[in-house]
Amino acid sequence: MNSLYYQKKLSRNVGDKFFTSLSVFCALIAILPLIFVVTYILIKGGAQITPELFTLEPNPPGDDLDAGGINPALIGTLVITTIASIIAIPVGVGGGIYLAEYSKGGPFSKFIRFGVNVLAGVPSIIAGVFIYALIVSTKILFGSMYSGFAGGMALSILMLPTVIKTTDEGLKLVPNELRYASLGIGASMYTTILKITLPTAFRSIATGVVLGIARAAGETAPLIFTALFSYYYIVGFEDLFYEMGSLAVLIYNFALEPYDAQNKLAWAASFILVISILTVNIFSRIFAVFTEKTKRV
Amino acid sequence: MEEKLTLFKNRKRFGIEKNIDLIFKNTTLALSSLVAIVLFGIILVVFFQSFESFSRYGLNFLVTSEWNPVKDEYGAFTAIYGTLVTSLLSLLITIPLGVGTAIFITEDFVPKFVREIVGSFVELLAAIPSVVLGLWAIFVMEPFFREFFVFLHKFFGWITLFSSEPAGRNSLLAIIILVVMLLPIVTSIARDSLNQVPKKLRNASYGIGASRWKTIFSVILPAALSGIMAGVLLALGRAMGETMAVTMIIGNSNVFSWSLLSPGYTISSMLANQFGEADGSQVSSLFYAAFVLMILSLVVNIFAQWLVKKFSLKY
Repeated sequence: MNSLYYQKKLSRNVGDKFFTSLSVFCALIAILPLIFVVTYILIKGGAQITPELFTLEPNPPGDDLDAGGINPALIGTLVITTIASIIAIPVGVGGGIYLAEYSKGGPFSKFIRFGVNVLAGVPSIIAGVFIYALIVSTKILFGSMYSGFAGGMALSILMLPTVIKTTDEGLKLVPNELRYASLGIGASMYTTILKITLPTAFRSIATGVVLGIARAAGETAPLIFTALFSYYYIVGFEDLFYEMGSLAVLIYNFALEPYDAQNKLAWAASFILVISILTVNIFSRIFAVFTEKTKRV
Repeated sequence: MEEKLTLFKNRKRFGIEKNIDLIFKNTTLALSSLVAIVLFGIILVVFFQSFESFSRYGLNFLVTSEWNPVKDEYGAFTAIYGTLVTSLLSLLITIPLGVGTAIFITEDFVPKFVREIVGSFVELLAAIPSVVLGLWAIFVMEPFFREFFVFLHKFFGWITLFSSEPAGRNSLLAIIILVVMLLPIVTSIARDSLNQVPKKLRNASYGIGASRWKTIFSVILPAALSGIMAGVLLALGRAMGETMAVTMIIGNSNVFSWSLLSPGYTISSMLANQFGEADGSQVSSLFYAAFVLMILSLVVNIFAQWLVKKFSLKY
C-alpha cells in the first residue's frame, strides 16, 4: 500500500528535487544581471539628469569641475541612427519583398536568405572596419574622413539583416487568399504588394524595424573609427561630413577617463540610452501581445 | 501566339502596368542582391587591405605575439588566443546556466506569469547595449570581484590559469561579462527548441513511469539538442566578435599570459583600441587580424546554419 504514496526519500524524487532547485537557481542567476545593471543605471545615471545635460556641450576631460552636457552626442545618435534607417529600411524592405513575394524558393533566394543570416553574424566591429576601408580612408565622401555619414552607413549594415528578415517573415504570414483576391480583380503584382500585402504585414514589420533601430542606437563598435567623436554642437547639414559624437561612443570614451566628472556624464548617457531602448522594447512587446490577442478574436 | 501578342499590345493600360511591374520586381531583386554584394564586399575589402601584411608575415602572424609598431613587427597570437579563450570559457559557463533557465521557463515549476516575467527579463537583458554593460563592469563588477580574485589567487594560484597577481581589469572579468551577454542568446534559442518538442513524447515518457527529470534528460533534451547546439554556436560567434564590453574590461595588454587574472587582449578589442590612430603597415596588420576574426565567426555561423538545416526536428 505504501508504494502508492509519494515517497520523499526515494532516490528519483530526491534527484528530481535537486535538479528542479538547480534549474530555479539558474533562472535566478539569469535575471540578476538585468536587475543589477538597470538598478545601477537608474541610481547612478538618474542622479546626473539635469536640464543642462540636454543643452550643453561636453567639456574636454581634464577640467574636473564641470563636465558639461551631452547635447551633441544625443543629437548625433539621433542623426546617425536616422541615416542608418534611411539606408537600411528601403533596402531591407525591398529585399524582403523580393524574397517573400517574387522568389520561388530557388537557389538565388536560398542563397540570399543564407547571406542574410551570415551578415547578421558578422561582428559589428567588422562593419566599422569595412566602412573605414571603403569611405574613411579613401576620403570618397567630398574629402571628409571620419563623418556622421560614414557612421550611419556602418550602422545600416548591421540593421539590414534584421529589416530583411522581419519583412520576409511578416509578408509570409499574410494569407494567400488576400493576394489571389487582389490579383483576381485585376490588380498587378506591384499594386497587390503595395496596397494589400505590405499594409497587412505593416504591424509586424514595423515592430521588427523599430527593435532593429533600437538595437543600432546602442551599437558602439562600428562608430568608434567611422563617426569618431565630437565635443561640438551639430548645427547644420554640413556637419554630417565631419566627426560626430554619439551617446554610445561618449559612454565608451568617458568611462575610460580617469576623471569623475566625465564618468558621471557616461552614467547619465547610459541612463538615457538604456531607458529609451528598454521603453521601445517593452512597448513593442506589449504591442505584439495586444495584436496577437485581437487577431484571435 | 501572334494573335495573343497583338491582343496584349492593344490593351494599353496593361502594357504600362506590365512595365511598372517589371521595374518594381527588378528593383526588389536588386535590393535583395545588395545583401550578397555587401557580404562579398566586406570579405574582399578586408582581405585586400590585409594583403600587404599577409604577404609579409604569412601564417606566422597567427603564432607570434610580438606587436611592435616601432620595430614594425606584428603577430596576433595573444589576441587570437584571448579571443578563443574568453569566448570558449564564457560559453562553457553559459551553456548550463542558459539551458537550465530555458528548462525553468518551459517546465511548470512555477505559475505561467512568473515564467513569462523571467523569460522577458532575460530577453530584455539582450537589449542592453554592450557599451553600457562595459561601463557597469568597470565601476560595479570589477570592485565587486576584486576580493574574490585575491582569494582565488591565494588558494588556487598553483593552477596556471590563476597564477598571476590580480590587479584591476583582466580576462576573467571579460569572461564574466561575456556570460551576461550570451545568456539571453542561449536561453531564448534553447527555450524555443524545448517548446518545439511535441507533448506526445513527454506524455509517453511519463506514461512508462519516468520521473520529470528522467524525462527531461533522456527524452526532451536529446530531442531539442540540435536547436540548442545551433544556439550555442550562434552565441560563440557573438562572443568572438563582441567588442565594447570586453574592450572596456579586459585590460588590453598584448603581453601573453596563461593566467586569466592578468590583462588580456582579443582581436576585436585590439581593433577598437588601435584602429583609430594606426598608420602604415600597422593598418594592414589590423586588417589581417580583422580578417582572421571574420573567418572565425563566418565558419562558426555557417556551421550553425548547417546544423539547423541538417538536424531540424523530425517529429
